[in-house]
Amino acid sequence: MRVKVLGLLILEGLRYGTVRLARGFSRSQGFLSEMFAIAGKQHWKQLERTETDIDDRYGDLDSRGDSDLLESPPSSDRTPEILQKALSGLSSRWKNWWIRGIVTLTMISLFFLIISMGSFMLMLLVLGIQVKCFHEIITIGYRVYHSYDLPWFRTLSWYFLLCVNYFFYGETVADYFATFVQREEQLQFLIRYHRFISFALYLAGFCMFVLSLVKKHYRLQFYMFAWTHVTLLIIVTQSHLVIQNLFEGMIWFLVPISSVICNDITAYLFGFFFGRTPLIKLSPKKTWEGFIGGFFSTVVFGFIAAYMLSKYQYFVCPVEYRSDVNSFVTECEPSELFQLQSYSLPPFLKAVLRRETVSLYPFQIHSVALSTFASLIGPFGGFFASGFKRAFKIKDFADTIPGHGGIMDRFDCQYLMATFVHVYITSFIRGPNPSKVLQQLLVLQPEQQLNIYKTLKTHLIEKGILQPTLKV
Amino acid sequence: MGENKMWFPVAEQLPGRHALWVKVKVNWILPENHTDIQESESEAKIDGETASDSEGRTEPAPPSTSIDDTPEVLNRALSNLSSRWKNWWVRGILTLAMIAFFFIIIYLGPMVLMMIVMCVQIKCFHEIITIGYNVYHSYDLPWFRTLSWYFLLCVNYFFYGETVTDYFFTLVQREEPLRILSKYHRFISFTLYLTGFCMFVLSLVKKHYRLQFYMFGWTHVTLLIVVTQSHLVIHNLFEGMIWFIVPISCVICNDIMAYMFGFFFGRTPLIKLSPKKTWEGFIGGFFATVVFGLLLSYVMSGYRCFVCPVEYNNDTNSFTVDCEPSDLFRLQEYNIPGVIQSVIGWKTVRMYPFQIHSIALSTFASLIGPFGGFFASGFKRAFKIKDFANTIPGHGGIMDRFDCQYLMATFVNVYIASFIRGPNPSKLIQQFLTLRPDQQLHIFNTLKSHLTDKGILTATTEDE
Repeated sequence: MRVKVLGLLILEGLRYGTVRLARGFSRSQGFLSEMFAIAGKQHWKQLERTETDIDDRYGDLDSRGDSDLLESPPSSDRTPEILQKALSGLSSRWKNWWIRGIVTLTMISLFFLIISMGSFMLMLLVLGIQVKCFHEIITIGYRVYHSYDLPWFRTLSWYFLLCVNYFFYGETVADYFATFVQREEQLQFLIRYHRFISFALYLAGFCMFVLSLVKKHYRLQFYMFAWTHVTLLIIVTQSHLVIQNLFEGMIWFLVPISSVICNDITAYLFGFFFGRTPLIKLSPKKTWEGFIGGFFSTVVFGFIAAYMLSKYQYFVCPVEYRSDVNSFVTECEPSELFQLQSYSLPPFLKAVLRRETVSLYPFQIHSVALSTFASLIGPFGGFFASGFKRAFKIKDFADTIPGHGGIMDRFDCQYLMATFVHVYITSFIRGPNPSKVLQQLLVLQPEQQLNIYKTLKTHLIEKGILQPTLKV
Repeated sequence: MGENKMWFPVAEQLPGRHALWVKVKVNWILPENHTDIQESESEAKIDGETASDSEGRTEPAPPSTSIDDTPEVLNRALSNLSSRWKNWWVRGILTLAMIAFFFIIIYLGPMVLMMIVMCVQIKCFHEIITIGYNVYHSYDLPWFRTLSWYFLLCVNYFFYGETVTDYFFTLVQREEPLRILSKYHRFISFTLYLTGFCMFVLSLVKKHYRLQFYMFGWTHVTLLIVVTQSHLVIHNLFEGMIWFIVPISCVICNDIMAYMFGFFFGRTPLIKLSPKKTWEGFIGGFFATVVFGLLLSYVMSGYRCFVCPVEYNNDTNSFTVDCEPSDLFRLQEYNIPGVIQSVIGWKTVRMYPFQIHSIALSTFASLIGPFGGFFASGFKRAFKIKDFANTIPGHGGIMDRFDCQYLMATFVNVYIASFIRGPNPSKLIQQFLTLRPDQQLHIFNTLKSHLTDKGILTATTEDE
């Protein structure tokens, strides 16, 4: 009897959901078709004007508001053939929903696969995502400014990406691979003069830019220069912060990213079933119910995920490079953060749970902070990206992932999160990076090293960490 | 126009097609009696550019006839000369005034220098942002002015916090609120920045998304260029005032020398972007700047107040520059290579090692510094402005004077970090003290084994 009622309830929920989805899709389809029709007319008007007055177009780009821009071509259907055949039976609304679902599951399993392969693969994955995001945003810039044919510019953008990556990887590599680097002579030279070499490379790119300024295209070239730099600032710095978080311990990489993903999904679900009050004019689909429901479920999810992951050394230990094994290892004594401790519950919770104390990992308290940030401020990253897409009249950043859009669409909320986690770690969890301190020590002049050695020795003996050695 | 009368141009814009260029009507008037008016119509084109690169500008003041804001005193003093010489004299007098002002500031000490750098930075930021507003006609965007200044404040707070924590370490440790601020500095700065970011997102207005994103991008690029480099300037300053003065003077000298050489000998144009620059000016300026750098560093290396790192003294609560000059600033004998020996007739020469470094700095200032100037010229061409602003009569805005300095400041900082000194030892100790005991022990043991390997640390030295 109960089973029957439950079954009826589920069916009812499904039907309700389908109706809402259907309404939502039809509305959005109407909106889209209107936009495409307008875009079609715009496209022809634009082509007519091209021959007459190139510069009025630039004037319009700058001074007018969001009107009249060449609409980006409607996205092509990139779903693979098998999916098409498998789902050809269903109507197009369900089809879209299923494609999204399947692709989501594929991405999540790919993520798990890469995690199991280790930190090095994760680093490569982060680098790959960074390059793709950069490519997507630069392509949007080209389309917005119709500047695909600017001399040198494509080369220069990729060159700047390479320079900045070289600079950041050099800073990271020098820190963590200190023992490996000390062995090789050429690497030592590269590390010691790293900043100078990176600066020289950047300068070469800057001078090439200045030399490539062409008389009729000054403004465009400056725009693309600035566009490239802002993109680099956003994407490359944050991907390196992600890698630094990764080196702290894979849990600092996994828990924030999963919190953001969970917030996305649960906010969507809550909004879908209970959504009524719109949240912000910028994204009309977001609702307050989704926001608050997503917040609570993300906190709970983060709490549970932190509990489960804190047990394994694989996730918890800082990633180190061992020169003997020539690979990354994660083996250590887990720090206090990842050791179970008993916390006494405040009285009202005592009454509810009927327990005196609860044993938690201290990391779980931190995970509450991380999840809170992911749910409250993370969405602002999403609003920023929505505003960006509205401003430049694009529906998605690119067509890379069928059903979802580009890589940037998936990662837009992650950016603020990566910076926050890094700042959080450096402020609250640990002080400066010990291997970086060591590396800097080894670079000093010998007399300075000796002085520091003596100071440290005195300090350590005072604190009782080092026993004074007896002279024979 | 009369030979001994001073005609002032006053322009009014004619209505007409504004897409291509600005048609102005230039009225030449005599200030004494306005009845003498000679009219001429000219189409104000900027520096010989053709129409296709022009933008529709509806600004009332055509750019080529700038408003005359030389002070009255100068106007009267120079009222007899013709206008070409007058411009030259105004520029010359202002240059001397700026250089004298620079000397006074140096005399007043590091603290005042820091304040001046900060003011220059704020003014440059203001100039560039104002250009952005003019380009995008976005002066009325909601919140935007507030947000730009707020971001400037945040980034400055972040950078000053990093500097202050390094150099004022003892002062900071004493005061409780300062200690908390410095311990959680990054977190606080990040929170402030985030607040600004969220305000930006909340301020997005339906019809103006694109403009707002443009201004957001514009602000961030300006911050990146202007603020980071002014902080590098302050880092250089703390290394020793000579690292601040020599590079800046080399750039100024290169500007002036290249102009002189170009004026007297200039024939072959250098780059299409700036038609007034010539190869003769470039090369002549290069050699003159190297010589100037050598002389200047010789003169300055003798004085402790320029050579010593700036330190904050706890007892006197002020900045002191008192120390034992490092190796760089002690005279050493160098053997002159054979080819110059025969020319000069000396076997060895006594120089400061710093002078060798100054050659590198001057070379950079003369060869790459001009690229900063070309970049700024390209920027002005792109946005159809003659000068960044009208702050300095005869010269334009503050950015016009400082455009070559930006690359220089970064270069000097990178040069110091790579070649002159390594990391700051006191900062390292301070970082070490915040580590965990087991990490401290690990580092100590690694250092010990490293020193023993290198033979620096022996059993006897360990006793001291």
